[in-house]
Amino acid sequence: MEEKKIRVLIAKPGLDGHDRGAKVVARALRDAGMEVIYTGLRQTPKQIVETAIQEDVDVIGLSILSGAHTHLFPEILKLLKENQIEDMIVIGGGVIPEEDIPELKKAGIVEIFTPGTDTRDIINLIKEKIKK
Amino acid sequence: MEILKELLKGNRRAAAKLISLVEDDFTQAEIFLKQIYPYTGQAIVIGITGPPGVGKSTITDRLTKNLRKQGTKVGIIAIDPTSPFTGGALLGDRIRMQDLSADPEVFIRSMGTRGFLGGLSKATQATIKILDAMGKEVIFVETVGVGQAEVDIVRVADMVLLITMPGMGDDIQIIKAGIMEIGDVFVVNKADRDGCERLITEIEMMLALKPETKWKPPVLKTIATSGTGIKDVEETIFHYISYLKDSGGLERKRKESTRKEIIDLLREKWGILFNQYIKKDFLEEVITRVIQRKEDPYTVVNRLSDILIKSYKQGEKDYDQ
Repeated sequence: MEEKKIRVLIAKPGLDGHDRGAKVVARALRDAGMEVIYTGLRQTPKQIVETAIQEDVDVIGLSILSGAHTHLFPEILKLLKENQIEDMIVIGGGVIPEEDIPELKKAGIVEIFTPGTDTRDIINLIKEKIKK
Repeated sequence: MEILKELLKGNRRAAAKLISLVEDDFTQAEIFLKQIYPYTGQAIVIGITGPPGVGKSTITDRLTKNLRKQGTKVGIIAIDPTSPFTGGALLGDRIRMQDLSADPEVFIRSMGTRGFLGGLSKATQATIKILDAMGKEVIFVETVGVGQAEVDIVRVADMVLLITMPGMGDDIQIIKAGIMEIGDVFVVNKADRDGCERLITEIEMMLALKPETKWKPPVLKTIATSGTGIKDVEETIFHYISYLKDSGGLERKRKESTRKEIIDLLREKWGILFNQYIKKDFLEEVITRVIQRKEDPYTVVNRLSDILIKSYKQGEKDYDQ
């Protein structure tokens, strides 16, 4: 029989070339029974949103270490809005200063995970937000 | 049925939602699949298969780029394995197709096998129809990285591109049954590696031993990362497709695949009905009686079939009222 599965897009916007963290998260979500789509490095906001649409994901996980999060994260949220996508949640992770987090959350990012996060916290948050 | 109208107009979100429905709840999706069926059968379906890591995604990416230059609308179904242990999957074929995601006329969907053996996912065939109905002219179905026996692609695609590369094993691997029997066109990728010429000779020798057919599967060389040989592959694919159309082979293949699909759906349906109508306790009772040798399994199966047929008819009646 079919089983509904949580689908997650793990994307790396911006120009930094480090995806160790993204891969660790992708792997952890996979092991939690989710379908994880990983797109590789250096994605534009447009590519990320287009991929999320085609893959019909429940969650977009953005990983960034370049410092451009205050620019790129809201850009992605804006594109989602323009495409009238209201049924996906966006979470973020990477090297993100504490003081930027309130602003990002206000923009619509559901949660920000910084280095040292237990992957179980990410899994729990997703499972809590996405009921399937 | 707004979603159907949108799908037929080529709306990507409508297509994506329908594919999810097919994956998550096939019974619900059936309602829509019935409606789109008349609009399908237009697209050419090309299977891309071969062992893990030979370059299936990269070759799909390169072929798609070439086709886009001619304005052809392309759909891609990229299948990766689902873990039999956790049910999770890491779908990574898009990594090799990054540039394509910005093109609105290319639709890529990654899928986990979700317990389906044979190199595809259960939703593959229905997803092909969805992409077809949304107006894609060529649909690539990239199988999971296959071993030796995952040959289901043959039954859903109009043609199979079998990709391999040097260093995968000796000539015995090539003459084993299974995967090497299904290629309509063979591609030796990473042709700059040692052993390329020998591999080509071995494949050609294997093919020479097959009964004579009008179409002799060609063996082509590529270095996909640099694009070398891709044009040749593209031309050969379309040469083969026109050969299929002219020789009646395409019609024959599609008839076979429709036959297979109907039989599969029927089996599936009876499986669902079985779960629906045969009560668990009743089944337990029957099993006990069979173990005690009070009944034999053969008679029991006939009796269960009778129950299924009766329940199904009753169910239909209830539905009509």
